[in-house]
Amino acid sequence: MEDDFEAGTVKKFMFVNRKPPYGTVYALEVLEMVLISAAFDQDVHIAFLDDGIYQIKKGQDTKDLGMKNFSPTYRALEGYDIEKLFVERECLEERGLSEDDLLVPVEVISRAEMGKLMAEMDVVLTA
Amino acid sequence: MSTLHTVNKSPFERSNLQACLGHAQNGDSVLLIEDAVFAAIAGNTFAPKLADAAQDIKLFVLGPDLKARGMDPAKVVDGVNIIDYEGFVDLAAASSTIHSWL
Amino acid sequence: MAYEVNGKSIEADEEGFLVNINDWNEELAGLVAKDEGVDMTPEHWEVVNFLREYYAEYQIAPAVRVLTKAIAKKMGPDKGNNKYLYELFPYGPGKQACKIAGLPKPTGCV
Repeated sequence: MEDDFEAGTVKKFMFVNRKPPYGTVYALEVLEMVLISAAFDQDVHIAFLDDGIYQIKKGQDTKDLGMKNFSPTYRALEGYDIEKLFVERECLEERGLSEDDLLVPVEVISRAEMGKLMAEMDVVLTA
Repeated sequence: MSTLHTVNKSPFERSNLQACLGHAQNGDSVLLIEDAVFAAIAGNTFAPKLADAAQDIKLFVLGPDLKARGMDPAKVVDGVNIIDYEGFVDLAAASSTIHSWL
Repeated sequence: MAYEVNGKSIEADEEGFLVNINDWNEELAGLVAKDEGVDMTPEHWEVVNFLREYYAEYQIAPAVRVLTKAIAKKMGPDKGNNKYLYELFPYGPGKQACKIAGLPKPTGCV
């Protein structure tokens, strides 16, 4: 794999978010990893499924918790040329949410389609 | 005296809330905090279980945790009361035992 | 380390980045710039203010590439290029301008 990077091969990367924000540090850590990955000019995909969907829920306000609200940073991804964001439809439905509840433009796909997309990737990182 | 049960895990990821509701006694209080607050929003697949539990158990959800996660207080399931940190303290003081389902 | 402004001590990390972004003010920015050997002109302030607006909107300090592109979009290609920005901030618009603007070190910047 290192040789490929040296040769400038572009790989398909997918970061899979399955955890909600704030309760644990996973969501923020993945977001930082995504931002850093942008420097390597790879083909980056981000998937939100299960509770990961809550990361991009509109209207987050953490003032009372004394924690940083990092949800606006997902809107910066476009400026980093990371525009392939996918959300699993079944997961939205299970949580009583719809695409309008999300703070960034995403492509909503089915669980079956998500599985296929994952299979097309060279590297998948899930947290 | 009654027990205050606190749950801080999402019902979609862990079975903590399910287990808590299955063991809480009539008259006990269950408080949803941190990632457990997602259970309290109407329209999710776990909500009917909360509505059932509300018949015998007093259900609460911590407002600041809802707000942090962008969850609309107006969409909280009927029978679940929103409380703040002070309410949490009052609830703890009024209970003989506290059981944290971590 | 810490900066002293008007008899008030403002906390910073060992590299001089502010611990709390809300401690920032223009006077402090001038002091940080002096430490960095940067003589603040209206052009410097333009970039520093842009960074503060970017942070307010997205809650991160942008990578240099992203900053350059965003400045080009807002102020035109004459300013949105590496040469212009490095002339203003010789040690890097990411690191140096962010420090003056009171922002954290850009993510992924070592």
